[in-house]
Amino acid sequence: MDFELVDDQRLLQDSITRLLGDRYAFEQRKNYLKTPEGFSPALWSQYAELGLLGVPFAEEYGGFGGGAQEIMLVMQAFGRALILEPYLATVVLGGTALQVAGSNAQKAELLPAIAEGRLKLAFAHSERQARYDLTDVVTTAKRSGGGWVLDGAKSVVTHGDAADRLVLSARTSGDRYDADGITLFLVDTTTPGLARRGYATRDEQRAADVALSNVTVADADVLGEVGKGLAIVQRIVEAGIAATAAEAIGAMEAMHSMTLEYSKTREQFGKPIGSYQVVQHRLADMFMTMEQGRSMAMLATMMVEHPEADERARKIAMAKVGVGQAARYVSQSAIQMHGGIGMTEEYAVGHYFRRCMVIERLFGDPAYYLQRLAEDVE
Amino acid sequence: MDLRFTPDETTFREEVRAFIRDNLPIDIRDRMRLGHSPRKEDTVRWQRILNQKGWAGLSWPKEWGGPGWSAIQKMIFLEENQVAPAPELSSFNITMIGPVLIQFGTAEQKQRFLPRAANLDDWWCQGFSEPGAGSDLASLKTSAKRDGDSYVVNGQKIWTSTAHQADWCFVLVRTNPNAAKRQEGISFLLVDMKTPGITVRPIISIDGSHHLNEVFFDDVNVPVSMRVFEENKGWDVAKFLLGNERTGIARLGKSKERVKAAKAMAREVNANGRPLIQDATFRQRVAQLEIDMQALEITQYRVVSAYDKAKGSGRPDPLSSVLKVKGTELLQATTELAMDVAGPLSMPVWAEELEAMNEPDDMLEAASASTGSYLFLRAASIYGGTNEIQKNILTKAVLGL
Repeated sequence: MDFELVDDQRLLQDSITRLLGDRYAFEQRKNYLKTPEGFSPALWSQYAELGLLGVPFAEEYGGFGGGAQEIMLVMQAFGRALILEPYLATVVLGGTALQVAGSNAQKAELLPAIAEGRLKLAFAHSERQARYDLTDVVTTAKRSGGGWVLDGAKSVVTHGDAADRLVLSARTSGDRYDADGITLFLVDTTTPGLARRGYATRDEQRAADVALSNVTVADADVLGEVGKGLAIVQRIVEAGIAATAAEAIGAMEAMHSMTLEYSKTREQFGKPIGSYQVVQHRLADMFMTMEQGRSMAMLATMMVEHPEADERARKIAMAKVGVGQAARYVSQSAIQMHGGIGMTEEYAVGHYFRRCMVIERLFGDPAYYLQRLAEDVE
Repeated sequence: MDLRFTPDETTFREEVRAFIRDNLPIDIRDRMRLGHSPRKEDTVRWQRILNQKGWAGLSWPKEWGGPGWSAIQKMIFLEENQVAPAPELSSFNITMIGPVLIQFGTAEQKQRFLPRAANLDDWWCQGFSEPGAGSDLASLKTSAKRDGDSYVVNGQKIWTSTAHQADWCFVLVRTNPNAAKRQEGISFLLVDMKTPGITVRPIISIDGSHHLNEVFFDDVNVPVSMRVFEENKGWDVAKFLLGNERTGIARLGKSKERVKAAKAMAREVNANGRPLIQDATFRQRVAQLEIDMQALEITQYRVVSAYDKAKGSGRPDPLSSVLKVKGTELLQATTELAMDVAGPLSMPVWAEELEAMNEPDDMLEAASASTGSYLFLRAASIYGGTNEIQKNILTKAVLGL
């Protein structure tokens, strides 16, 4: 076991921290929110220049040659700065889909495009009726000539409105809840019959609902094997859980240090509130909870590339619960320790709070995974 | 960063597991599996087997009979030993007085005491707490007055675990009542429990066991050669000892063992017409505990791995306070789980009356023992620096408040 970063990882971490330090102060972030995209296209280009958009891709595809650990470092830094750009959707979710299931041609075409900042993706899997159940897919894809025709709808697709293409699931055989018969498609968002309605989510990021009516997709745009999409979906979700776990750690670090700082400066009854033991112990509890969460985020990262599917799923589910519970405690405590100012829109802590709230629900919440783990108790 | 165990670490775990399986006496293992605390003779017998193997010294250097393990290997050993379940090594001997003597002892003290401590020929106990000095240890009052080549010790210690079984006690005494700071007038003495003037009185715990004692010192003569380190510098020794003590304090293996025992019992007992193990609420409670144990396991390896990297700089990692708090919370939660599974059978006391019935009833015995651990381990968040004190430590060391 070795928990230390290697030199390349430290360099990566330093360069992101420097960039975000210059460009992602909370006040600067407010300006990015005012753009039509809801994030900064200029910074997206800068991420590309720095190589961040190719972090997990092989060098032959213009990538950095990193893996889950490098994604962890990036996402943790992004969590601290509350970044708005569609990195999770494009690089982590879309990138994982292509790396796990893409043909050589698909990878050669799309991975360099992502790395260069020319292509944004989103993962369109969840449907309104499905809640967190990955097998609950009723969107259909039917054979038609040399291709497929898609009908159905996808719900709360993270950064779906910014995406150039969707990694979209549809049922090519079987019934709702069947594990077999789900197929993934790469669908251009300008295809006739595809309609998107974008909206803000609680964390000020963007999402979209996607409606598909007679959408034609070529055979070449099937991702992976027909009918075997669920295993790919699981890999994408696992990568997403690990990445957002790291992001939540970054957000917790920010909230914890803001709360600590506040407790040293805010005075009540003639003394800084941090001099009261009840506040000190709450901060100590936040710290301990965050560190336990950090351990779980590390576990998720370690397991993303684990070869054995059941063990991988089980450990990542554990991490999902652990990080979600930790983030909920730390963020609720951060607002409580700030008092009234923590409730305001102008103050940063509430924004971190809401990002953690959204992360907790992405890909399934702690209650959902706890129940699944409970079913497996032996 | 590589969070997997190295092949060497995995091989080591297998070696430890096999040794314990092949060498732990069956009668001890069976008593422990039923959830009983080990008897004194169980602990002695097992520690001697481990010492024979060269494993009892844990973190001691090879020169004093230690196995030369890394901190990670030490954690692996402790966990396997707890999960077995086997009696734990005497912490007073192995993680307290041993390292203290290695760090601060004279050549004569080392030669005289270390081999006997490793082999549990001497059973040590710790004379720190006093009626007026619990979490606030530096306010201790037991006095030692110099009289030629001896100190004359007077005063009282309390919460002295296993003093009634002990051959020796390491004691913090006040040698300078007029020191500018309270911490500066304290010395660290080694006291033979057979010395005239020592009286041990039992304190029975809420589980009915006799583990704790009061120890009274009435003009007890202690040779100056039994002082460790300089006079009035005993606080440095105590701080070293307490920092050292915390590395294994999460006792994660014990929590794992309790969950395992609870699940085994839950297969045997019925709830609403089916085995309790099938109950959704019970399963969710187990799943939550397994998640919390998993998180603590990684945190523990983070602490231990950092310790290996720093090659033991001597300063305790503040994260070890996280281990203490979270580890003992889990220990309490897991013993609570086992007791809850026992249901109505958690109420009877497994003592002379039931033992005398002379019919083996493993379920009742295990059920009663699970309540015993639940009651006894309420102390876990109190001993070794209460969990509230740990939060104070975190407040200072990590938060800088």
